[in-house]
Amino acid sequence: MKLTGAQILLKCLEEEGVDVMFGFPGGAVIDIYDEIPKSSVEHILVRHEQGAIHAADGYARATGRVGVCLVTSGPGATNTVTGIATAYADSIPVVIFTGQVPRALIGNDAFQEVDIVGITRPCTKHNYLVQDVNDLARTVKQAFYLARTGRPGPVLVDLPKDIQQQLAEFKYPEEVSMRSYKPTKMPHIGQIRKVVKLLKKAKRPLIYSGGGVITSGSHEELTWLGKTLHIPVTSTLMGLGAFPGDDGLFLGMLGMHGTYAANMAVNNCDLLLAVGARFDDRVTGKVDTFAPNATIVHIDVDPTSIQKNVSVQVPLVADCKPALAALKAETEGTLDEYDWAADHKEWVDKVQGWAKEHPLTYKDDTEGIKPQYVVEKIYEITKGDAIIATEVGQNQMWAAQFYKYNRPNTLLTSGGLGTMGYGFPAAMGAQRAFPDKLVIDIAGDGSIQMCIQEMMTVVCNKLPVKIVILNNGYLGMVRQWQELFYEKNYCATCMDAQPDFVKLAEAYGAAGFRVTEKKDVEKTLREAFKVDKPVIVDIRVEKEENVYPMVPAGASLTEMLLV
Amino acid sequence: MSKHTLSVMVENEPGVLSRVAGLFSGRGFNIYSLNVAPTLEKGVSLMTIVAEGDDAIVEQIVKQLRKLVPTIKVKDLTELKSVEREMVLLKVNAEDSKRAEILRIVDIFRCKVVDVSVDELTIEVTGDQGKIGALVNLLTRFGIKEIARTGNVAMRRSMQIDL
Ligand SMILES: Cc1ncc(C[n+]2csc(CCOP(=O)(O)OP(=O)(O)O)c2C)c(N)n1
Repeated sequence: MKLTGAQILLKCLEEEGVDVMFGFPGGAVIDIYDEIPKSSVEHILVRHEQGAIHAADGYARATGRVGVCLVTSGPGATNTVTGIATAYADSIPVVIFTGQVPRALIGNDAFQEVDIVGITRPCTKHNYLVQDVNDLARTVKQAFYLARTGRPGPVLVDLPKDIQQQLAEFKYPEEVSMRSYKPTKMPHIGQIRKVVKLLKKAKRPLIYSGGGVITSGSHEELTWLGKTLHIPVTSTLMGLGAFPGDDGLFLGMLGMHGTYAANMAVNNCDLLLAVGARFDDRVTGKVDTFAPNATIVHIDVDPTSIQKNVSVQVPLVADCKPALAALKAETEGTLDEYDWAADHKEWVDKVQGWAKEHPLTYKDDTEGIKPQYVVEKIYEITKGDAIIATEVGQNQMWAAQFYKYNRPNTLLTSGGLGTMGYGFPAAMGAQRAFPDKLVIDIAGDGSIQMCIQEMMTVVCNKLPVKIVILNNGYLGMVRQWQELFYEKNYCATCMDAQPDFVKLAEAYGAAGFRVTEKKDVEKTLREAFKVDKPVIVDIRVEKEENVYPMVPAGASLTEMLLV
Repeated sequence: MSKHTLSVMVENEPGVLSRVAGLFSGRGFNIYSLNVAPTLEKGVSLMTIVAEGDDAIVEQIVKQLRKLVPTIKVKDLTELKSVEREMVLLKVNAEDSKRAEILRIVDIFRCKVVDVSVDELTIEVTGDQGKIGALVNLLTRFGIKEIARTGNVAMRRSMQIDL
């Protein structure tokens, strides 16, 4: 029996096991929407397409599965671009379906026509314009396959309206075969043995773990390696949660807002084992002085990441999971004859000494509420058992520094692109995936206003996301730079004209709380987290608190400004 | 900075040229010349790209090209022994008094005259960059009115002999 393109699309989604997609309709996708009620795929109607793509991304980060979003042509499609670039920068698997004008009108500046394939070419892993309904099923199959394999990423499929209406025989391909794309990346065993040799020789080894460890699901292998071989671990923002945040070997984040211990360890280590991390400039600081004493081993599934920013002595192109598993297998045999703990003791002591000397801290010396204190309380109350999303700015850095992530996929944050407005819709996606979990968006008063319209979506879909606004009345992170490097010229960063967030929450049918005194922080958070609907907690924090430590842009990691 | 000749085999699908070109422009790399045409294999095209950059840049380009989903194979021919050829059409001023000399050069360079008029000759030449550079040099003094170049095509040598 022949099906229409729209029907075929939904059948494909069912075959892929998609249970939910986030979207917003329009003329160019109305045929697809016509079929949604007849399928098993749930559709969540957002209020802005940026919300849909971030929600799909949050769903993907929280579950490790592919997130899906569906939008119309033209403005619907362009509204997703920021979210696509966000997912691309952090290698998150999402598939975006966009409507397109009928093929006969493509290229004619038709109503709501935009070349979304052209626009998103540089920020998708791959994208397609479906030109023949007979190619549709194969294209969707490929899109999901590309999104989740190799270095994951967003894949866009543009669907002309007439394709959605045409008939074709439906057959979902069993397998994907693309002669040009062969992503299985097993490690080269010779290189693995070389790494083990280096590990044995090293007196001061350090693991630098990134988002790739989380995406590849290799946190257990990483944790085994760190703990068994007694190697201190530092992490990128994206890697938080891969190694237990409360373990004594964990040094916290490195880089611009990294810990003193992590940055000193990088500076002093003799072997740096980089896993699924890409030496972003926020991590390395001044490249020439990064890890000056170390032999660098770099494991990454994407060869373009290797030798891009720093020169690496031992490159290892492989998926982190088989690579770390191979390292484990190769070192397991050494445990009887080789005393890793004793060998690294001096170094571990030294590193832990640094951590004691300059722990992550803040001066709690005012009447006012310190934002770091709020994050600490959130950690205490949740005992670390929540999914935390963040916006971008100081709130994001404090959420990274003062909350301990013990499990992967529990921190959803826009690392690579730094997208304000990401956190709340991402939290929404995660909450849809885990209805019973506590999902908290740690927000700034600036960022939260970028996708606040999704309040309506969470309320009517009963997604009880908790938003905690660290409200400093400023675009705080930019203000911090202005304070430190631009002689306090606070141009365009004061945001004290703001809506009444409590009333705003209530207007949407959510609950609102405001906290202005330190003594009420814990109590109110506890209460808010118990409410069985979406909540905004507007916490008025110290207005000019800064994020420390801080390595000024372009300085060496050791040139830290401390509290 | 040096010139590298890259031979890139790609799936011949819509948008592939712009994917490749976009990769260069998006990263601020410069393309010196680019030539695309189908190969013997159905659905596969061969691009010959001459790009400029230092070794680190070229290494990135090659890796990025390999990462593109429709890319089947990338070779940097600069390090391998290869044959490189470009075809060029030149329209040269050729009044009666100069004509004989121009024809002599055409002969020496084994070019072909493909169009003639009272005061112009159009010459077709095939060769590597060195030969073409030399010819252009020699003809400049007569006045080159138009030039059309294909950009390099290149192939790895099977035997290390230059014929
Ligand atoms: C979409 C977008 N626009 C601009 C920026 C630049 N930016 C980075 S941090 C920041 C300030 C964020 O302010 P707020 O959300 O109030 O958070 P705070 O830093 O005060 O915690 C800005 C404007 C950005 N990252 N994203």
